[in-house]
Amino acid sequence: MEQRDDIIEYSLYNHHSEEEGKKMRKKIWKVTLILSLVTLFEVICGLIFKQGDSFSWHAIKVIFIILTVVKAGYIVLSFMHLGDEKKAFKWIILLPYLIFIFYLIFVGLTEGAAVGMKM
Amino acid sequence: MSGHASNEINANVGWDGKGSPFSVGYGKLMMWFFLVSDALTFGGFLIAYGFTRYSYGGSWPIGEETFDALPFLQGSYPLAYVALMTFILIISSVTMVLAVEAGHRMDRKGVTKWMLATVLGGLIFVGSQAWEWSHFIHGTKFGRVELSDGSVATAKGEFGKIQSFEIVKPGAHYAGIGELITNDNITKEDGDLMHAFQHAAAKRNLSGTAGAMMITLHDGTVARVNKDADQGLQLIVKEAGTLHALSSADDETTRIHEEGGSVALYYEALSKGNVVYGANLHENEYGPQTYGHFFFFVTGFHGFHVTIGIILNIVIFLNVLKGTYHKRGHYEMVEKGGLYWHFVDLVWVFVFTFFYLI
Repeated sequence: MEQRDDIIEYSLYNHHSEEEGKKMRKKIWKVTLILSLVTLFEVICGLIFKQGDSFSWHAIKVIFIILTVVKAGYIVLSFMHLGDEKKAFKWIILLPYLIFIFYLIFVGLTEGAAVGMKM
Repeated sequence: MSGHASNEINANVGWDGKGSPFSVGYGKLMMWFFLVSDALTFGGFLIAYGFTRYSYGGSWPIGEETFDALPFLQGSYPLAYVALMTFILIISSVTMVLAVEAGHRMDRKGVTKWMLATVLGGLIFVGSQAWEWSHFIHGTKFGRVELSDGSVATAKGEFGKIQSFEIVKPGAHYAGIGELITNDNITKEDGDLMHAFQHAAAKRNLSGTAGAMMITLHDGTVARVNKDADQGLQLIVKEAGTLHALSSADDETTRIHEEGGSVALYYEALSKGNVVYGANLHENEYGPQTYGHFFFFVTGFHGFHVTIGIILNIVIFLNVLKGTYHKRGHYEMVEKGGLYWHFVDLVWVFVFTFFYLI
């Protein structure tokens, strides 16, 4: 059977009215502002805090990673509209990825530390 | 009923289950699946980078020390350029999502406008990346030196301008003892004074000490280097040797300052040819060789994705101009292109954090 993507019935939520559009644009600009401010904050912190063994650097490193995940969340859920999709679809995309990536991070850090100790 | 279309779907075009799973189109669903796999690829690269960095013994290059240049300007502007690149990519992501939104309202003019802006933003980003690569490859004026005790250090400070070479022993291209070679009369082969100086340093054709360097040019000409003194030359020790300990980024007193003899040490290394300028696939001045490999590979792979995204966006833009999607009754293709484009932005957010900030 031919599978085509140029048929409107496939994408049921593909249209919205002028009014809904206004609301969405407002949200888009809000997310833009958040992403820009977070990036600016990161750059300023990067300049103030120098890498080293100090507590402040370790704290800022964790903050950088959290802020990166926050930015990623805004991009995926808002710009890519994954937050507006059906719940099952959202988790089918997110869950397998998160499981694999957390596993990989765990392996990378554990093994990296072990290799580092040997060198 | 979740997972099923609420209105009738033409049986000739439905999925095999006769419905549209998750109420998304086939193409959009497949784009998402592709993006998950591509995100795993990038995730693998970045985790491999983290692994290598975590297991590395010496001192890893630091973002704000490595990336502190701006086009057309002298001096140090840490992170300014990458922050600008990040901002450009975020803005082009915004124009993309505005194009998608306009498509949902069947606003053809709006889609045209925002798609064009997105393509332009992408081109500016790739252009910026090209400049950054070029700067990374050509390197700084000082380069990285290996000191006499075996330690390796990068140099910071203001490089004193090279005014001229004063001919001591004429060669094939330059005659006249005592005459000056400047940027105006230097041969094409030598390029300019700075280029000739770095080339000679790397080829062990420099000798002497800070104020009195002698250079041997391509053609065998020997000349005295007339160079202004460097200002505030500091050596940041990246690999410890027998005499110098590793410098720590958060404590500038661990660097070798002028009072500690940085000038003599630097020019001693230079006259021995123990210097690396810029980066290539065999060596780089910023740090361990794997760092160079990861930089080229990960930012290159991302730049490749951006380039593909620009091409896709141009194709979509042309179809919008032709009215293909308007006739079709929906702009889902803009949405699919948009998903890919946002993904490119998403990857950059992570590259920015792990390559430049941390």
